[in-house]
Amino acid sequence: MVSVNDFTSPIFPTWCPGCGDFGIWASIKNALVSMDFEPHNVMMVYGVGCSGNMCSFINAYGFHGLHGRAIPVAEAIKIANHEIPVIVVGGDGDLLGEGLSHFITACRGNPNITVILHDNQVYGLTTGQTAPTSDKGFKSKSTPLGVIEVRLNPLVTAITQGATYVARGFAGDPTYTTKLIVDGIKHEGFSFVNVLQPCVSFNHIHTYPWYRERIYKLEEGNYTPHDSTKAYEKAIEWGDKIPLGLFYEENKDTYQDDLPQIKPLPLVKQNISNIDISELYKEFI
Amino acid sequence: MKLSSKKKPNIINNMTWKIAGEAGFGIAVSGVLFSKICTRGGLFVHSYSEYPSLIRGGHNTFQLTVRDSKVYAPFKTVNFLIALNKESVTKHLFELSEKALIMFDPDENDIATETSSRKDLVLCPVPLAILSKNSGADRLMRNTVAMGASMAILAYDLTILDELFKEVFADKGQEVIDLNIRAAKAGFDYIKEHFDNSSYPYRLEKNEKHSQTQMVLGGNEAIGMGAIKAGVKFYAGYPMTPSSTLLQYMASKQLQYNIVVKHTEDEISAANMAIGAYYAGVRAMTGTAGGGFSLMVESLGLAAITETPMVYVVVQRPGPATGLPTWTDQGDLKFVLHASQGEFPRIVVAPGDTEECFYVTIQAHNLAETYQLPVIILSDKFLAESPKSTYPFDDKNIKIQRGKIATPEQLQAIGIYKRFDLQAKDGVSLRTLPGMKNGIFLANSDEHDEHGFSNEESEMRINMVDKRFKKFIAASAELPEPVLYGPAKADFTIFAWGSTKGPILEAMEILRRENVSVNLLHILYISPFPAKRVNELLEICKTPILIENNMTAQLGSLISEYTGYEIGNKILKYDGRPFFPEELVQRIRAIKNQKGLKKWLA
Repeated sequence: MVSVNDFTSPIFPTWCPGCGDFGIWASIKNALVSMDFEPHNVMMVYGVGCSGNMCSFINAYGFHGLHGRAIPVAEAIKIANHEIPVIVVGGDGDLLGEGLSHFITACRGNPNITVILHDNQVYGLTTGQTAPTSDKGFKSKSTPLGVIEVRLNPLVTAITQGATYVARGFAGDPTYTTKLIVDGIKHEGFSFVNVLQPCVSFNHIHTYPWYRERIYKLEEGNYTPHDSTKAYEKAIEWGDKIPLGLFYEENKDTYQDDLPQIKPLPLVKQNISNIDISELYKEFI
Repeated sequence: MKLSSKKKPNIINNMTWKIAGEAGFGIAVSGVLFSKICTRGGLFVHSYSEYPSLIRGGHNTFQLTVRDSKVYAPFKTVNFLIALNKESVTKHLFELSEKALIMFDPDENDIATETSSRKDLVLCPVPLAILSKNSGADRLMRNTVAMGASMAILAYDLTILDELFKEVFADKGQEVIDLNIRAAKAGFDYIKEHFDNSSYPYRLEKNEKHSQTQMVLGGNEAIGMGAIKAGVKFYAGYPMTPSSTLLQYMASKQLQYNIVVKHTEDEISAANMAIGAYYAGVRAMTGTAGGGFSLMVESLGLAAITETPMVYVVVQRPGPATGLPTWTDQGDLKFVLHASQGEFPRIVVAPGDTEECFYVTIQAHNLAETYQLPVIILSDKFLAESPKSTYPFDDKNIKIQRGKIATPEQLQAIGIYKRFDLQAKDGVSLRTLPGMKNGIFLANSDEHDEHGFSNEESEMRINMVDKRFKKFIAASAELPEPVLYGPAKADFTIFAWGSTKGPILEAMEILRRENVSVNLLHILYISPFPAKRVNELLEICKTPILIENNMTAQLGSLISEYTGYEIGNKILKYDGRPFFPEELVQRIRAIKNQKGLKKWLA
């Protein structure tokens, strides 16, 4: 049996004491253990930022790519070898700023991967600039007059662009977040788990207590996550009450389902030692 | 032509044929068909086409030099012009040789005034539109009528064309086949009845002695074939002229060869995806032009620092920015050599013809995996989109070299596996793929330790940079040296790279007949730079000449950097057009006629 220690690397995290990333780190490891994965059968792809620094703290196959570009790497790894779970860890600046077009395209394509987004509404690693998820008017080192753009809503973006599993967790509740991640990995298709993550150093508004006063779980009402319009209504709820849980789920063909090329064998297992190309010559003769 | 009894003998199998008109007139289709008619008769061809960056209207051309010996490049001087509109006459009049023929539609063209300065030309009016309509088609078959008429004038075998129609249009049905055959025959018969070809000296004859099958192949398709043979199973790209036909070629073979081709949201995604696939153990590739490569630049360093094999195809067009989208240039050499932040090794290879396109693509993947680094194949529009006679490739003896990929037994024996093991003498450490037991590692875009964990220590940094460069030294020892074409000793020695190879070889042959000896060092692998070979040759050659399709002599400055020589004689061209053999001959003659050639140590 695997344990959490199997997924823990020898390097202790360099996050600030109290950082929400600790909760997400624990949730991911717990999810992998509860699903009985072995570390060598798990593929983690990381963006660049505080969240991406998790790359050195987890023991599994890891790819720590470029800022904003984790999703394309992950999608291709899944196309190359669709037999292993592929999980992306990234931040709001990473996946929704630099990498927004990849995020949207992945929602549309429904690749069978899981994206865990650390949503702290600020750039932590570069010491506190505004993020795409920051509220309008947020004053930061890069926006001392207050940010002019309205905030990007990751859940709304995912729901409207075709993601088939859209959930929100809270770094201060690792047990609940673990469950959302497990269900996300089990889901066939593009699963997106947005995790509200207090940044203790640079976001003094969205603190643990601030969230705890506001959050509630969708399933505590009679909410069912199969209507995208209702999911949208819940996704824009932000203020006095902030819902957590599974907003939307839909079963439809994944990107991999639509690739007959990988049906006989995963691409990585196809023999390339002596491919006969004589047929290719004909159209040019 | 009453002088026919005294006329010179005909010129057989040595001519340049050209068709020109508005975009949408079927110029390219006719050109490819005409090329195949020639190769099926045992002749050799090299084509060249020009088209603007739009879909309808604008001026399109396709020209083809045909001979019964190998053609290395298209010639500029045209002997046979099909002018589908008036612009085609005015634009190309200056390219026409003495006694060249112009075929035109008298209902469309007032040729008499346009050609008044050239009394030597053979005018050949053919009512193309009327014959097209009479064949049962609308005006769109004018190009086919003109091809049939060409066959009659050149006294070539029309049945080859009919056979070709049957094959090419097989999936379009008998009606389309019959329509084309009728239209071509209408043109052929019209010439037989109304035109005396004794006034025109050029002829094409089948070369019965040469029966070996030839393809009419462009560089992009040759790279595509090479990729398929190399085992590429994942290709990601974003359309950008002149690389789009490579994306399309790969896409068209997806099901036949189990290749996943992804048209991505942008070039950044394409490159990152290909790296992801290669990391996971699948041979992958991306292709683009300079503009798209600008977006891929950061990924190049990602492949390098994570030591992930990767192959980029960069098909150059003139920049900067959008530049001249559908024209040719060699302006991106220094760009691809220096692209991306930081210092790391990369292999850059610039094929000079379709054969090299095929073989270097396979080599590129073998090198990428053997040395776990990025490889760039640098082509250009001229090479990519000028189909030429190409024999089917020698594909039976190709080795797929995947480098150091771990086996389960190896990993079992190792105990603690280190992906970036610093003990590897050549810098190449054992690679694992996701899913392999005992092989876990982190591919890290941050500087890292031997396991891949982020590490910013001074000593580790130095060791890792050195490790990556050791691979470059090992690769340098393996790469083939540049080939010297022509005589071992010559009055003039050309240094060049990429697609200028063909025009230079043709120019060398013309000069040889004038007793001017010229040889060519064609630098195929540009990074690592073959400094020793280039230096040796510079030491002994009489007069070096640099030829490049750019403004700033980029290879020239590399040669200076690595050898201390500056080649004073530079033949450069940067108008979006390739070199033609005739202009190279003129410019080399000019150098020959100069006194006091300079060659000096920097």
